[in-house]
Amino acid sequence: MELKTKVDAENGRPDLTITREFELPVALLFKAYTESEILEQWMGTKVLKLENKTHGGFQFETTDPRGNKYRFNGAIHEFIADKKITRTFEFENMPFDVQLEFLEFEKLTDDTSKLTIHTIYRSVEHRDQVLQMPFKQGINMAHNRLQEIAAQLK
Amino acid sequence: MNLRRDVFQAIADPTRRAILLLLASQTMTAGAIAANFDTARPTVSKHLQILTECELLAQTQTGREVHYHINAKKMKEVAEFIEPFRQMWDDRFNKLEAIMKNYPQKK
Repeated sequence: MELKTKVDAENGRPDLTITREFELPVALLFKAYTESEILEQWMGTKVLKLENKTHGGFQFETTDPRGNKYRFNGAIHEFIADKKITRTFEFENMPFDVQLEFLEFEKLTDDTSKLTIHTIYRSVEHRDQVLQMPFKQGINMAHNRLQEIAAQLK
Repeated sequence: MNLRRDVFQAIADPTRRAILLLLASQTMTAGAIAANFDTARPTVSKHLQILTECELLAQTQTGREVHYHINAKKMKEVAEFIEPFRQMWDDRFNKLEAIMKNYPQKK
């Protein structure tokens, strides 16, 4: 199967780029990033705060199956609807420095769009450590739990 | 021994993930690591043993003290750790796409 999501992370560089094309108009792609209710569903996190504006900020929280909570937050530096979000991203209570993220939303056709996320870390070591942290499991487990809860509500 | 499977089992545990995070930027003794958890000291030792066995952590003996640190050799193969990261984002984006494809009908 063709890889829809690409990650470019060169050896020895303190940054990386994630790209993905969506079968969605750019406005809907952007909305998925700016409406808490939707963001919670696909990110598998709880949204504690989301201020979509220049000088705004956000805070997310993930809970693993044992009830351990992990929080993330950041400041929004630039917010241009349907085009661009520049923000910082930080894991709370963890020994990692903040990272800088440039999210660019691009219209390809009326029904397709492209997202490019350029993330810059403080150092090569910082990038490699963050990438190796096993967040996937925790997040997926939290997501599965959400799905279970949602199924019970139906 | 299937080392790869063991690594994933090792990091599936929240306490072991927390230990890896603690050690991400520093070297620590077992005692200093245990002080960060409510869990009994022998339990933390067991977690350290598992993480060391699957080579995620390495030990350095300094006098009578054993220091634990992230095993840099194991951690440095970029291509290997990029793939789980890519898959995590691919899963998320697939969900995003599925949710938003239904969005106009909902509202």
